[in-house]
Amino acid sequence: FPGLADVSISQDIPVEGEITVPVGSHSPDEDYSTLDEPVKDTIMRDLKAVGKKFVHVMYPRKSSALLRDWDLWGPLVLCVSLALMLQGGSADSKDDGGPQFAEVFVIIWFGAVVITLNSKLLGGTISFFQSLCVLGYCVLPLTVAMLVCRLVLLAGAGTVSFVIRLIVVGAMFGWSTLASTAFLADSQPPNRKALVVYPIFLFYFVISWMILTFTPQ
Amino acid sequence: VGPGRGRRRGRAGPGRTGADAVSAPMQGGGSAVIDMENMDDTSGSSFEDMGEMHQRMKEEEEEEAEGEAGTGEEEDGEFLGMKGLRGQLGRQVADQMWQVGKRQASRAFSLYANIDILRPYFDVEPVQVRARLLESMIPVKMINFPQKIAGELYGPLMLVFTLVAILLHGMKTSDTIIREGTLMGTAIGTCFGYWLGVSSFMYFLAYLCNAQITMVQMLSLLGYGLFGHCITLFVTYNIHFHSLFYIFWLVVGGLSTLRMVAVLVSRTVGHTQRLILCGTLAALHMLFLLYLHFAYHKVVEGILDTLEGPNMPPFQRVARDIPVVSNAVLNTTAKAIALTL
Repeated sequence: FPGLADVSISQDIPVEGEITVPVGSHSPDEDYSTLDEPVKDTIMRDLKAVGKKFVHVMYPRKSSALLRDWDLWGPLVLCVSLALMLQGGSADSKDDGGPQFAEVFVIIWFGAVVITLNSKLLGGTISFFQSLCVLGYCVLPLTVAMLVCRLVLLAGAGTVSFVIRLIVVGAMFGWSTLASTAFLADSQPPNRKALVVYPIFLFYFVISWMILTFTPQ
Repeated sequence: VGPGRGRRRGRAGPGRTGADAVSAPMQGGGSAVIDMENMDDTSGSSFEDMGEMHQRMKEEEEEEAEGEAGTGEEEDGEFLGMKGLRGQLGRQVADQMWQVGKRQASRAFSLYANIDILRPYFDVEPVQVRARLLESMIPVKMINFPQKIAGELYGPLMLVFTLVAILLHGMKTSDTIIREGTLMGTAIGTCFGYWLGVSSFMYFLAYLCNAQITMVQMLSLLGYGLFGHCITLFVTYNIHFHSLFYIFWLVVGGLSTLRMVAVLVSRTVGHTQRLILCGTLAALHMLFLLYLHFAYHKVVEGILDTLEGPNMPPFQRVARDIPVVSNAVLNTTAKAIALTL
């Protein structure tokens, strides 16, 4: 370096300065580290997310919040509560509703997996778990219908109660199908929407049928 | 580690070509079955890190070996042994983790490939499905010219699921009680078992009789033949007239069977072979409809109760109240004896 040959530092001037780099008050790690927050905060955050998704199902608008951050807590809670409420419908009390619980669980999850695979094979752009999330959350109207049916059956099991139950279950079935269609059919090519809607219709039809034919003994 | 490495190399050939075949559809839409980004993979470092770690471990071990050669005997014998052992153990652990990671990746990859194989069979439009459903009830007249069969799996799959739903409805309304299983399991097992089992059997017979039909075409043909079954069962599970069922069985079941038989016959040469195929398919198809109607129907429960002996098979019915019946019998015989005396 010829140009630097004549640069010289006199010996009596000390070289000094700050070596430390000023650290920002909010490092990125601090925002995402949730280990130090109280347990209540963690639970409340998840509960709020689940609650928001329930509201989205009850008033289906074209929002992507349900799809963006999927979670399977809601479907699990709904599935377990529906399966518990459908117990005790067998003729023999010795049977204790064992098969009923497994049946409902298997139907819901197996059916959801099949519908998801079908929509992927037909050329859908939605991911596996997002589809499972939507289908699971849309079981909410049917769970409400089950609750109403159980209350109506407490009053009696005649023709009038059957008609009421039929109307309630039919309405909730329509609501479920419309809600899930609103989320899932958008991710399909436009001329194949009917091919995706039919299995969803069949799926919720089977669940509604199980709810309608439930008679406690 | 030796034989493992050899095995991996042996499988690299076919695996690589499979990967090339699969990567093309993956690039097309980016729509894979399981989105790896969305999956919460908390298993640890990525594969690049594993490879790096492996490399680093190797280099460290080489350095260690050099260092050991240099320093050599001035250390204690045991201490040197421990250091060497720890290095070797570390290398083995890294190696194992690398292999497990690689195995996981190849398994996930083969899952991708399996789903994408089915993709072309689901490439249909709603109008096509509707047209094929209606066609399945119309027997063809031309049996000297091979008829075209669409190799599509969406329609048949949906028909099988519809049949399962109708069966479930039938079982619930006839109060069928199944102890050693679930209603849903029985319905799914019956329908899928029929579709897959009879298709495979007919494909095997077709292979023996030199008929021109592939497995997917057979699945598709039999699946669309279930449309007649769906209609018949849907009507007769709700309207319980035996004569109505027999009319539907003959007309609707007969039409769909005729169509399947005609299509098969058009693809076979030779009278004996045609007879074998026709006869088998017609018999199985019609008998299946009979079985579905009678196995889950209200009326036959009484007959089954009397037919069953003391040992109960898996399909169990509710036991009749024996003491009441025997009491009634005793009372009537006592009355009869009292009257005669």
